[in-house]
Amino acid sequence: MSEKLLEIRDLHTYFWTENGWVKAVNGVSFDLWKGETLGIVGESGCGKSVTALSILRLIPNPPGRILKGEIIFEGRDLLQLSDEEMLRVRGNRISMVFQEPMTSLNPVLTVGRQVGEPLELHRGASIKGALRVAIELLKKTRIPAAENRATDYPHQFSGGMRQRAMIAMGLGCEPGLIIADEPTTALDVTVQAQLLDLMKSLTRDLSASLMIITHNLGVVARYADRVNVMYAGKIVETGTAHDIYEDTRHPYTLGLMASVPKIDQDVKAKLVPIEGQPPDLAHLPEGCSFYPRCTFAVEKCSKEVPPLETVGGIHQKACWIDVRK
Amino acid sequence: MSENNGKHLIDVKDLSVHFPIYTGAIFKRKVGDVKAVDGVSFHILSGETLGLVGESGCGKTTTGHAILRLHELTGGQILFNGEDISAYGGSQMRVLRRGMQIIYQDPFSSLNPRMTVLDIVGEPIAVHKMSRNPKDYQDQVAELLQVVGLNPSMSSRYPHEFSGGQRQRIGIARALAVKPSLIVCDEPVSALDVSIQAQIINLLEDLQEKFGLTYLFIAHDLAVVRHISNRIAVMYLGSIVEIADRLDLYHNPQHPYTRALLSAVPIPNPTLDAQRKQLMLEGEVPSPVNPPPGCKFHPRCPEAKPFCAEQIPVLKDTGHRNHWTACHRSGE
Repeated sequence: MSEKLLEIRDLHTYFWTENGWVKAVNGVSFDLWKGETLGIVGESGCGKSVTALSILRLIPNPPGRILKGEIIFEGRDLLQLSDEEMLRVRGNRISMVFQEPMTSLNPVLTVGRQVGEPLELHRGASIKGALRVAIELLKKTRIPAAENRATDYPHQFSGGMRQRAMIAMGLGCEPGLIIADEPTTALDVTVQAQLLDLMKSLTRDLSASLMIITHNLGVVARYADRVNVMYAGKIVETGTAHDIYEDTRHPYTLGLMASVPKIDQDVKAKLVPIEGQPPDLAHLPEGCSFYPRCTFAVEKCSKEVPPLETVGGIHQKACWIDVRK
Repeated sequence: MSENNGKHLIDVKDLSVHFPIYTGAIFKRKVGDVKAVDGVSFHILSGETLGLVGESGCGKTTTGHAILRLHELTGGQILFNGEDISAYGGSQMRVLRRGMQIIYQDPFSSLNPRMTVLDIVGEPIAVHKMSRNPKDYQDQVAELLQVVGLNPSMSSRYPHEFSGGQRQRIGIARALAVKPSLIVCDEPVSALDVSIQAQIINLLEDLQEKFGLTYLFIAHDLAVVRHISNRIAVMYLGSIVEIADRLDLYHNPQHPYTRALLSAVPIPNPTLDAQRKQLMLEGEVPSPVNPPPGCKFHPRCPEAKPFCAEQIPVLKDTGHRNHWTACHRSGE
């Protein structure tokens, strides 16, 4: 973990709606190191998926726009690349595994053809050559009888198998970064564990970096080296998994932890939900976006936006309050 | 959690629900059955929460629906308050459904978008003719909305004006409208964000205490089920493989499938999670059309012996605090 692979600086991605600009990503900065697994957690609408789509410049425009910021990947600012140059990055240097294995595969192409497609596009492989590599990739993702299954169509695959095929497709060009957007949310727990283990070991073999976007705090705890917690388009806390779970400093992170039932908890304690609703991203409250739901809030919180401040090592939080008191 | 007096509110005996598969467009032939629920027996005590967990396709939702007689039973018996309801006709069931209601998973598709909240929540009251006059009807709905934490002034609004958590509250109010004794909760929090999940779980617990409700809580999230249930039944491919008290099931799981399921759930603490034993299952759940012979779990089971492929295990008492498991190798 020495070299910086990805550097995001002050990213703003907004969507234009009738109600005004929806500030989906509102000033996000973070780094990703080579070989690292970064988890991005938060609830729906916190901007975690939009951050990922911004990296790949897959934000539909209109209504979406990346207003400002820098996304420096392998030394180049992706936001400055032409569309053709960007095509050579997507699926080649950065690949993405989407949440829905049911809808993200093409139903009229065989699985083998789809898994080999990035190789045809980026490596100039022939259809036959690509298929040969695709079978190898399917074997790597532990699809049984890969030679035969490569000629199957997606509907002949189960949900878990389709997601394996998606992972195989993402690995084809040996990318530097794999972004997995809720990769296992649609799958059963036993299959989820298989796939995340597989993804982690395969990215390690490639010494690639992995970005896991999820709402599941447990998944992040088990698989991520470093965690970004997002709320209302901003990173509110970031640090190693141990920092985030064992030395929590942001009231929102604390709230998330208190609101999930823990499987290792014997005593029937009441859950402590975060009261209220996430804010309307078109009309964010002044000051800290979380203060209307925050139990620690003081007057300052409603006026000034807290910056990300270091609390020790790489652990940072965006909060005016010291929650340990 | 209200105390129960050991009375069985629901008794399910050897329940089977099979869905036939037909082929051919004109001359339909039956080619097989999806054995969604295949010989399931359990009971629910009055006032308790029974959790029903398993992966998709294990038959947990079908079991819940069968108890409400929303599916035709292929075999077996369902006793509600000691009364055998398995052969009841439509009109008899209609009366009975005042005592049993359901909350669905998806708060977006389970509410009619063209009805106001007043009509959605009030519909069961109208169907069962439980109001004396329009004023009484409105008062009852207003009270229900208050009970689930919604403002009664919202009753003229439509479902799209509410967030997911609020819609789930509307669904709960609708279920409570006829003052049932049993509510089947079919994945009630799976579609919600974690912070909202906790609000709904707390609400369900409060309502249980207030009205002495009995829940059949169906979910795939083991942590949620363990939190809310008194007892938990684990299903795999149409059968119950283990049933026990919530603490017993977690600390002393007897069935290899339960053990694998528990270890597959990561806990949100990296240090504690790293200390847990990992038990990775190979493969996926087989199709319920052709379930494996013998113990249905044997192809994936890390402890399977040759005889597991031949004999079907039955639920046996482990002799420890009402802990039952269906495994040939338990007690070895």
